[in-house]
Amino acid sequence: MKYLLIEDNAELAGALCNRMRLDGHVIDHAGTLSEGSDFLSVGEYDLILLDIMLPDGDGRGFLERHRAREDDTPVIVLTARSEVSDRVGMLDLGADDYLTKPFDHAELQARCRAVLRRRTGSAQTVIRRGDAALDPVASVLTIGEAEVTLRNRELRLLELFMNAPGQIFSKDKLVDRLFSYDGTVTDNAIEVYVGRLRKHLEPSCLTISTHRGLGYRLDEG
Amino acid sequence: MRNIVFVIAWLWASVLGAAELEDRQMFHGEDGVTLRVLSSTDTDIFAPILEGFIARNPSVSLDYAVAGSADIVTLIAECGDCFDVVISSAMDLQLKLANDGLARRLDGLAQGGSQWRQSVFGFTLEPATVVLNRAAFEGRALPTTRQALIEALRADPEHFRGRLGTYDVRLSGLGYLFATQDARASETFWRLMEVFGNLDARLYCCSGDMIDDLASGELFVAYNVLGSYASTRPETLDKVTIITPQDFATTMMRTALVLESTAIGDEAEALVAYLTSGAWAAQDRPGFPLPSIGQAEVPGLNVVSLDPGLLVYLDRLKRALFLEAWSSALLR
Amino acid sequence: MLAVLFYLVVRTYAQQIAQQSQDRILEASLTSLMDAAVVREGAVEVDVPYAAFAMLDTAADDRVFYAVHQGEALLTGYDGLVDGPFEPAARPAFQTQAFGEAEVRVASLTQSLPASPAPVLLTVSVAQTRDSLAGTLLAISVNAALFGGAFFLLAAGMALWTSRSTVRPLSQMAEAVARRGPRDLRPVVRPVPTELSPLVTSLNSLMTRLSASLTQSETFIAEAAHRVRTPLATVRTHAEATLMRVDKDENRAALRSMIRAIDESSRAAGQLLDHAMVTFRGDQMEQRPVDLVAVCRELVDRLTPVAEMKDLVLVLVAKGPVEVQGDPILIQNAVRNLIDNALKYSPPDGAVRIEVGADPVAIVVCDEGAGFPVGQMAELSQRFQRGVNAGDTVGSGLGLTIAQDVAEAHGGRLELSNADGGGACATLYL
Repeated sequence: MKYLLIEDNAELAGALCNRMRLDGHVIDHAGTLSEGSDFLSVGEYDLILLDIMLPDGDGRGFLERHRAREDDTPVIVLTARSEVSDRVGMLDLGADDYLTKPFDHAELQARCRAVLRRRTGSAQTVIRRGDAALDPVASVLTIGEAEVTLRNRELRLLELFMNAPGQIFSKDKLVDRLFSYDGTVTDNAIEVYVGRLRKHLEPSCLTISTHRGLGYRLDEG
Repeated sequence: MRNIVFVIAWLWASVLGAAELEDRQMFHGEDGVTLRVLSSTDTDIFAPILEGFIARNPSVSLDYAVAGSADIVTLIAECGDCFDVVISSAMDLQLKLANDGLARRLDGLAQGGSQWRQSVFGFTLEPATVVLNRAAFEGRALPTTRQALIEALRADPEHFRGRLGTYDVRLSGLGYLFATQDARASETFWRLMEVFGNLDARLYCCSGDMIDDLASGELFVAYNVLGSYASTRPETLDKVTIITPQDFATTMMRTALVLESTAIGDEAEALVAYLTSGAWAAQDRPGFPLPSIGQAEVPGLNVVSLDPGLLVYLDRLKRALFLEAWSSALLR
Repeated sequence: MLAVLFYLVVRTYAQQIAQQSQDRILEASLTSLMDAAVVREGAVEVDVPYAAFAMLDTAADDRVFYAVHQGEALLTGYDGLVDGPFEPAARPAFQTQAFGEAEVRVASLTQSLPASPAPVLLTVSVAQTRDSLAGTLLAISVNAALFGGAFFLLAAGMALWTSRSTVRPLSQMAEAVARRGPRDLRPVVRPVPTELSPLVTSLNSLMTRLSASLTQSETFIAEAAHRVRTPLATVRTHAEATLMRVDKDENRAALRSMIRAIDESSRAAGQLLDHAMVTFRGDQMEQRPVDLVAVCRELVDRLTPVAEMKDLVLVLVAKGPVEVQGDPILIQNAVRNLIDNALKYSPPDGAVRIEVGADPVAIVVCDEGAGFPVGQMAELSQRFQRGVNAGDTVGSGLGLTIAQDVAEAHGGRLELSNADGGGACATLYL
């Protein structure tokens, strides 16, 4: 997916872009509102991530102008203020959602997906491997004519595999990538979810192989 | 012993200049060392505290010298080793001594809100009050805010002309602290000072003189006086009314610090510890004037906080600007 | 070896962040001094703003020095702090140097002020000792050296440092906005676990400072949160990205505990601020009609993406609108904390049920977790108590307290119970 990040804190922006790119997304960074407008006038984005306090103005004004232009690119606001004071204004001015700093990356992803699902129903970019296609926004796996709706953790796991076929992921890495840090996940849970995915993938040419001591890998054919 | 005599003689020689000691008394313990205290608090007010300390620390004698809070800085600058402990109501000057590296860190003392750098320790909480001559307000409403005071003065200027008093902030460190903090808190301060100026207010160096004149009927209103001083003297109490302004009450902490140069740090620290403990206030002494920090605090006091902001009004240019504004309001 | 490397990385990074933050405050002070300088009839006047120095107040009560030079001549301030020759520059210069017996960080800015007949070259310098910085670094280094286990302290230390050193200018700002009208903002004096005490201490010092002048508490709360959260977000995102690239088990464990620690601090900071807000609003409550069902529906919408991450479903059970007189922001806050709790303690693939009843007026939030520990329920809504079975779930334990305070402010109460089929229920009677 293609994101535009408007955030003046260079440190945070750098870290966030890094993280997004590791997930295989395309992301442009604007440090000011005017720079953000420049990016928007020449490119198309799936989603805008907008900080609220920017050197050349308040993100709220930007939101207003953005909606006035009838640009319907969804916007998620990243705010460091307390939820109470910004909540009303933000959603009233046409933000699709907001997130309080510091945020869990998995939650950011979840919110992006939820916003896109509400807006468009499906992803612009469907991930295809072999005869399987995954729509990460609608959370639907299509194999031939058959469609399966995946649960959230299954989706995140499969997305990871399909974005990097042939790569071995250790259980430990999967735990880190999938479950944020709520402390309720075990290696066993990974086995359970991999089991469920194998079941979903049965009709397709894709398989998830186990590599003892190393982890799991998605194979084609 | 010979050394001490020498130092004292030297001190007397040196202070004959600009800054002078107003008073100097010895409080004798049984024997041992002499702790030299330089303070802005009059001896008669502070004596009970000093005696309380000696009662607990009989091996220490106290050499208690009194000077104006502004003079204290000059005295320290002229002879840093002449004293061990400095006690002053001018929080800003005390903070500056510590900021400039002249105060010792007392890491043994409890850490709390009313200290800075573990070197300047607040031990009293004293609001600046308005003290009125009771007879002069016979049949009049007592003003409880600055605005009400302004209105009362404007309503009958001839009654009050020449009968108003406040600190001369050019002479008094405490007066300067109160005035600058008032000015920071509210514009009303300047309006009040203009009214004072119009009515030929008299200027004083010290709270004590103002209270004397109030009691004698020379003054009707004194602004920014330490209420604690007025309540020391029972004989004046029935002649005056002490009002803590309801709009805001600028409140200072009397602070103590130990000079870095002291040779008897342990005894000096013990004195500061005694002051901050509040043990002196716990004694049942009716009319004892200084309210300790721990005592029932009146809510709504605007306590001047011990932070580097206090250095601002000590800036040479800032002080010049402030005094210019103050003079144009009061001296016309 | 790795431990040493990691220690050095953390230390260097912390040092950079800490130094940057000190520089930023020095720069703010410098700018306000420079702004205060005017040339009048050829003479420079500097009306030093109170905030210029007050904002330099730090946890360790660092010493402050400054100097203003016109040309090469000292106009006011401390002699010998900086030496000429001075050249005009667009950005301040920073330097660590000795001044007297102290080591100080000096920020200096030289600008040319327009004046007739010739422009005046003005140099403003502000310096601060580095005790607070050193204190922070020491704390962080110790933690980094302890590796892994003590990461909580790192985050707490950072949060403490950040809030302490950035909050002072805020209090000055709030003071400027609201100079009068003292309010009772009592400090939090309840017992807290040691890991939270730095946060509470800094919160309290903030409260004390504000109590004389603060009338716009909410603005302040939002600002304070802002200052704490942005750096936390940066560190957290860095840590997550690093976690994806690092292979060694020990490093991963360390990074994971670091992220947990950040989550814990930010959650705690958020809840402390929530709690302060609740206490503040509770004192002078806004009363107006609130539809509890609408409040809950909005929260369910908002929290659904979070619930989905654990494959949890949020179920809202309500018949028609249920209206009460109350403060919508407080009620929303209370219910959000209850749902947050339920989400935290629920096993995956379950449901969290939110039921709004009209008679009596109540909101019930139930999860399918292990339930509240029996016999401990009364204590649970005390501040900072967590259930003995909370395990390593992130949380500061203020959630139930907030909900209870809100209930009490509305003349109601909070009741905890365990459902027959397992799971914990919290009922907010209003």
